[in-house]
Amino acid sequence: MSYFADVGALARKDLLLELRAKETLPSMLVFVIATLTIFHFALPRGTGHVAALGLLWVALIFTALLGLTRAFVAEREQGLFDALVLAPCDRSALWLGKAIAVFAFLVAAEVVALPAFAIFFSGLDGRTVVAVALADVGIATVGTLLGAMAVAGRARELLLPLLFLPLAVPIVVGGVGGYLWFLALYDAVFGVLAWASFEYVVAEV
Amino acid sequence: MIRGRGLAKRYGERLVFDGVDVDLDRGRLLLVTGPNGSGKTTLLRVLAGLAATSAGELELPARETIGYLGHEPLVYRELTPLENLTLFGRLYRIPERGERIGMLLERFGLWEVRHERVSTFSRGMQQRLGLCRVLLHDPSLLLLDEPSNALDADGLELLAGVLGEHHRAVAVATHDPRSVEPFATDRLAFA
Repeated sequence: MSYFADVGALARKDLLLELRAKETLPSMLVFVIATLTIFHFALPRGTGHVAALGLLWVALIFTALLGLTRAFVAEREQGLFDALVLAPCDRSALWLGKAIAVFAFLVAAEVVALPAFAIFFSGLDGRTVVAVALADVGIATVGTLLGAMAVAGRARELLLPLLFLPLAVPIVVGGVGGYLWFLALYDAVFGVLAWASFEYVVAEV
Repeated sequence: MIRGRGLAKRYGERLVFDGVDVDLDRGRLLLVTGPNGSGKTTLLRVLAGLAATSAGELELPARETIGYLGHEPLVYRELTPLENLTLFGRLYRIPERGERIGMLLERFGLWEVRHERVSTFSRGMQQRLGLCRVLLHDPSLLLLDEPSNALDADGLELLAGVLGEHHRAVAVATHDPRSVEPFATDRLAFA
């Protein structure tokens, strides 16, 4: 139980930081709405539903990337990884707490983005909403791990997109195709991998 | 508490230090001096288990017994002192942490500002909070990197009080050893 109490405390801390700093979520909201607006005017009339859906996923992935680049800002700028990794809690709790916060930011951005998509384009079905929710789990788990890896790297602004975008390709494939089982499998496989490997990622951050 | 033999650290081609021996027990204070970039911080990170050695043998205590203060105070600036210490108290499994946190905030003169955000604090107040964080779990090994940074006369007196406690092993890295020198039992000078 102590593990989940640690996770809860860490996730609550990240949500509180965002509530006060208001840096990540507003940027994500502006970005996703601006992107969908541009797509709306850029696409010719009569564009098919699948093409519009593809653009939705492009917008969501890049919005997520924006959020992920900010995920470890406090830890990076203030050297807080040193203090966190010395704590006797399970190090994977650091990853899970952060992943939950990232998931919350993604959901908050999509609460605005999905209705906007429905208005701009050809509506929205329940399957897409479920696919987005499943994709958020995968993005948060994989993205948080990669974000922590990027903190340790020198060219961190470059490193995160280079690592994240190739791993986001299956999410886009599953999302556009509506393959919910595929997205759930991605979440399970990469969730376990990220959980198990975080310890080694932060070993010498 | 710490036994290190022939420690070396290399970043790529650059050799930061080589052939360093360290013995540190309770009641001892190791003063590590040297100019900027000489490897003091790297050695402290190695002793904290935050960086691996490139060569040598090193025995370290369990990480929950280590208190590490880096160049930064290692606290969240958008949280209050109380929120910061409550978070770290939770992660360090400190029983009755409310009482311990209150005692430390009183000791370091931060009780009155316990509900204010750290981002509004001066650098010296942030350093005091960093010392509170590092002492929160009453570590038996204390590793302090430039702990007198930005501290005023009162802050330096509080730091002296910490360094004067004999129930723990302490290593201090600094380029200005004046405030630490009276407590040093062992010395290591980097060129």
